[in-house]
Amino acid sequence: MSNPGFLDIISFGPDGWGHALAAGAWMTILIALAGFAIGSVIGTLGAWAKISGGRFLRMFADAYTTILRGIPDLLVIYLFYFGGSAVVTAVGQFFGAEGFVSFPGFLAGTLAVGVTSGAQQTEVFRGAFRAVHPGELEAATACGMGRVLKFRRITAPLTLRHALPGLGNVWQVVLKESALVSVTGVVELLRQAQIGAGSTSLPFDFYFIAAMIYLAISTVSGACLNASERWFSRGVRRG
Amino acid sequence: MDIAFAAETLVSLLSALPLTLELAITAIAFGAVLALALALARLSGILALDWFARLYVFVFRGTPLLVQIFLIYYGLSQFGAVRHSIFWPVLREPYWCAVLALMLNTAAYASEIIRGGLLSVPHGQVEAARACGMPRFMIFRRIVMPLAIRQALPGYGNEMISMVKATSLASIITLMEITGVAAKIISETYRVIEVFVVAGAIYLAINFLLTRLIAFVEYQLSPHQRQLLPMTGRLKGESH
Repeated sequence: MSNPGFLDIISFGPDGWGHALAAGAWMTILIALAGFAIGSVIGTLGAWAKISGGRFLRMFADAYTTILRGIPDLLVIYLFYFGGSAVVTAVGQFFGAEGFVSFPGFLAGTLAVGVTSGAQQTEVFRGAFRAVHPGELEAATACGMGRVLKFRRITAPLTLRHALPGLGNVWQVVLKESALVSVTGVVELLRQAQIGAGSTSLPFDFYFIAAMIYLAISTVSGACLNASERWFSRGVRRG
Repeated sequence: MDIAFAAETLVSLLSALPLTLELAITAIAFGAVLALALALARLSGILALDWFARLYVFVFRGTPLLVQIFLIYYGLSQFGAVRHSIFWPVLREPYWCAVLALMLNTAAYASEIIRGGLLSVPHGQVEAARACGMPRFMIFRRIVMPLAIRQALPGYGNEMISMVKATSLASIITLMEITGVAAKIISETYRVIEVFVVAGAIYLAINFLLTRLIAFVEYQLSPHQRQLLPMTGRLKGESH
């Protein structure tokens, strides 16, 4: 068992963990991005169901957001991981495979993150749509725009502008939630840190480095989100 | 869905309910004290305290809770000084590590909520109290704090709910609270749906009761915003 110093761990040399940690960080970003993307699709559909759906759709969307915001994310990840494995195993046995087939952790993780963040994004999009002035939508109708054209040119850009601060918050939550995906065995940042901690018996160093990388990712992406918020609101007068 | 199995699961999950509640309540209670201290540090006007609180909030809100739990539970044992200190009997226990991590984490979020509440107290109220001759601490206890609590309560309620949800992470460091027991049953029986539905229902019930409780406290704290009861009889002096 080697006993490297702090700088040896983060170096990219042959004994360093730099490459492994960078790959882990990249995987974390991928999980977060994929989960966020799935969540925004669900969120758009959910907001649409809540705003202009019928009674049944509205009830369904309400139940979805209430349940997903009331139960722990870890439980949802377990549901997708073990549930997915159960389904895959059943399908495998149908085609004659033997024993337990495990569901890919990345897929289970991103789906779980997507479904939980979808509930938050539903509320964000719904609130943002409410903030759009009805006069602007009316004006579009008065100009003779069709439903699709109106959505593409007026509703979507205006809603997105109002949704941006809320989406930024959801992104930060998703980024931190992606750490939970490590329980499925996907080698993302936290799992990589666990592996490093196990093989060098320097847990503090590794978890500290992981924490700093998470902090860096969230700070940089937060700054980007702030900049884009300013950019997209440049036509709005403040104060 | 197998009802008999679900009922059996419910019984074993309910036996884990006390631990979940204990984790949540301890973390929220200790976290609230720390959060108040942090919020006061931010507003103290002393530069060193202000920057310490800023840094604290930045670090704890910018990193995942699970990393914080691992840092405390696995990370601290790396140092001999910690292992030989008087804190070791506490830091060795996964329960206290989980409580410590949850408490430090919630303090960061709650301090911002409390700070918002403290800042929302109208200046005129403080001035009026000062004009009445109240000393500084009495102003804080009688005027600022009650008004700030009223203002911060809805935000604090959300933070409490996310704390209840966050206790599930304690299962990763071997604590058998609801999620821990649920994961154990799932890995033993491979019956995901029943266990998920039952465990989810317990969490939903806790959070539903918590929301009702907070709404009740909010109602109690805001008598000035309630609709007036319809007057019966005439007011004095308005009889003409």
